[in-house]
Amino acid sequence: MKKSQKTIESILAGYPRHPQNLIGLLQDVQAEYNYISPEHLALICDHVGAPLTQAWSVATFYKSFSLEPRGEHEIKVCLGTTCHLKGGNRLVETCERDLGVARGQTTEDLRFTLDTVNCLGSCALAPVVMVDEDYLGGANIRSLKKRLSKLE
Amino acid sequence: MPKFESVDHLQQYRRQLQASRDPNQPQVLVCSGPGCLPMGSIEVAAAFREELGKNGLNGKVLLKECGCQGLCARAVKVLIRPQEIAYQEVTPEDVPEIVEATLKNGQLVERLIYEHPLTQEKAAFKADIPFYKGQMPIVLRKLDIIDPQSLDDYLALGGYRALRKALTGMSPDEVIDAVEQSGLRGRGGGGFPTGRKWRVCQEALSDIKFIICNGDEGDPGAFMDRAVMEGDPHAVLEGMIIGGYAIGAKQGYIYVRHEYPLAVTHLNKAIDQARECGFLGKNILRSGFDFDIKISRGAGAFVCGEETALIASIEGYIGEPTPRPPYPAESGLFDYPTIINNVETWANIPEIINMGAEWFAAIGTENSKGTKVFSLVGAVNQTGLVEVPMGTTLRQIVFELGGGLRPDRQFKAVQTGGPSGGCIPEQFLDLPVDYDSLQSVGSIMGSGGMIVMDNTSCTVDVARYFISFLHDESCGKCTPCREGTKHLLHILDEIIAGRGEEEHLTLMEELCDTMASSSICGLGMSAPNPVRSTIKYFRDEYLAHIRDKKCHALVCRPLLKYTIDPETCTGCLACVRECPVGAITGKKKLPQDLDQELCVKCGLCYEACQFEAVKVE
Ligand SMILES: Cc1cc2nc3c(=O)[nH]c(=O)nc-3n(C[C@H](O)[C@H](O)[C@H](O)COP(=O)(O)O)c2cc1C
Ligand code: SF4
Ligand code: SF4
Ligand code: FES
Ligand code: FES
Repeated sequence: MKKSQKTIESILAGYPRHPQNLIGLLQDVQAEYNYISPEHLALICDHVGAPLTQAWSVATFYKSFSLEPRGEHEIKVCLGTTCHLKGGNRLVETCERDLGVARGQTTEDLRFTLDTVNCLGSCALAPVVMVDEDYLGGANIRSLKKRLSKLE
Repeated sequence: MPKFESVDHLQQYRRQLQASRDPNQPQVLVCSGPGCLPMGSIEVAAAFREELGKNGLNGKVLLKECGCQGLCARAVKVLIRPQEIAYQEVTPEDVPEIVEATLKNGQLVERLIYEHPLTQEKAAFKADIPFYKGQMPIVLRKLDIIDPQSLDDYLALGGYRALRKALTGMSPDEVIDAVEQSGLRGRGGGGFPTGRKWRVCQEALSDIKFIICNGDEGDPGAFMDRAVMEGDPHAVLEGMIIGGYAIGAKQGYIYVRHEYPLAVTHLNKAIDQARECGFLGKNILRSGFDFDIKISRGAGAFVCGEETALIASIEGYIGEPTPRPPYPAESGLFDYPTIINNVETWANIPEIINMGAEWFAAIGTENSKGTKVFSLVGAVNQTGLVEVPMGTTLRQIVFELGGGLRPDRQFKAVQTGGPSGGCIPEQFLDLPVDYDSLQSVGSIMGSGGMIVMDNTSCTVDVARYFISFLHDESCGKCTPCREGTKHLLHILDEIIAGRGEEEHLTLMEELCDTMASSSICGLGMSAPNPVRSTIKYFRDEYLAHIRDKKCHALVCRPLLKYTIDPETCTGCLACVRECPVGAITGKKKLPQDLDQELCVKCGLCYEACQFEAVKVE
């Protein structure tokens, strides 16, 4: 669970008013709120002086931004080359079945978001899954199920 | 930490630091690199902290959490200095024994020492472990010595000496001469001569210039840059500051991949320390030279590793490449001349300035100098990071350093260069690896990912994997790339689904030619490599999929068939419990039935069956 949430104002205050800071701000808001709401997007544009169309195209182009609320827990299954070769896809299927949500989606109760990523940089221990901030290296269906069952 | 007002001050501080350090001080280095972190390095380090405290060893034994120690397959790695005992697969439960036996009584914990995966030969000391023999660490040298968050550690090993040398004893021209004469080529993929690029930028007429470090590391399967940014961040900064001095830039940026939060933390800390000590900021070491560095975080787009797209991303736009020329060296960030180099390229710069261009140029092959770091992963026994002189053969890397494959598996190919590279078959294992040799066999050096594949990998599936990746990541700006990847993906899907025709191979080759010749950026231009190289070297596999509708590696699901052998099935129902679609039915203790119509070929029953009654072909 997050500590006390930073206000949007305090995040904005950390950045000079320049369009160059658009992506940095979006990242901070994403990190703090888990998604970028239309109100926040508008506030960010005002702050950096970028047109809403630019912010919108940026927020949709880059994969790390989400314009919809995300789950309390984020599960990222690596499907980078090494993890792909070592059966990463089966792990995604396991999550899909266990959590009842398709890849790239969030459960309706906003508890889980299941995502796939292209390499977490721990390829030597493929396949790798990230559950919130924790890495699960050398994962298999059993260890993954065990880890998922611990999520509350 | 003091602020260094002059070079003499720095030198004096370094001497004191070195004199105050006892080379025989016992040290425990817990690897906290990209491989060991997921395997619980934090808990191991915490266990050491507690255990050392309990035994009253707090001031006597130094505990450090360091960067990647190389042999990630054996995570969590712990190195005991000064003896250099390399323990493997350490868990918190092993820690009391290590403290008691090794640190207090100077004995080995036999069960934690290295054992060769095939010969079972044991080795306790780093120098005796085959994985490390034959390596030549330059960029990775400090990773298992320093605490990446300690500037003192970096200084004690000669850190910022190259900066001092450049600022006080070399003109910008001389710095560029040295880089040029060293023969250093870019480590980010293209292999462009670094000195030549710097010269162009230095000669560009502009008061404002920029330095960029490309830490986007987009190739899935590669983590060298992550390991360097996390494990030796000051080396990257020092290289960039020297680069700034050489071309006359005052501002640098490090663009770090979104997935690497720890790299950002360590780099930020290093930047703060460097500012505090006067290696960054105004009038660095009283030389009159100003330079500072900012971090820009990526946002999850592979194409942003491409230099023009990366620049657009730092400027706050979507990462679409723009046609070159003009090259960034002439017109880059905010339209000013900009040098962009890869993390590993930057980390080589201080070493070249310290040791001299001739030293560097004496390592490697005719046209590829120095060493290269590879992330050796996939089907080899000893996965991890290796650094070898250019010209080392693939066989040495895979079989000597990598310790070969599992005894029950056969080597199939090495994939280098990420999505822009190709699959290199067995016949080229004795190829000395450098930029040109890899290109001559249809692959590329790329940033250093080296993925070993065995007979359980299907090359058609690998080609499809990369094309699907590139199709997702194509920015869509130019037609050959956008449409080409789409068509290739469609054809490969048809082949995998059992609807392939032999003409498909010719069609794909034609598509590849068009994409290679008419895409704007490297993504589209090199996208054909995975397809071309697999068609060229593994045509038989394609034909097995197309003519016989068989995937011999048992990877392509639509071509697989699962059956239950009534002779061996004990009716234990393990498979029934696993099957997600209820395709398996039957009575307990009797042979089970598998309904082919319902089966989605997930393979779970195959794995669940302990009697090998589930067959697949
Ligand atoms: C699609 C694409 C992705 C790239 N990704 C990276 C990357 O992740 N890291 C990198 O250093 N270079 C990458 N490059 C190469 C850069 O464009 C650029 O050539 C390089 O950063 C220059 O540095 P170097 O000369 O030190 O290699 C990529 C190129 C292309 C076409
Ligand atoms: S080649 Fe592909 S990625 Fe590169 S500019 Fe064209 S569409 Fe974009
Ligand atoms: S392969 Fe999967 S779907 Fe098919 S029978 Fe086995 S468990 Fe069921
Ligand atoms: S491919 Fe999964 S961590 Fe790199
Ligand atoms: S991360 Fe520990 S050895 Fe590589």
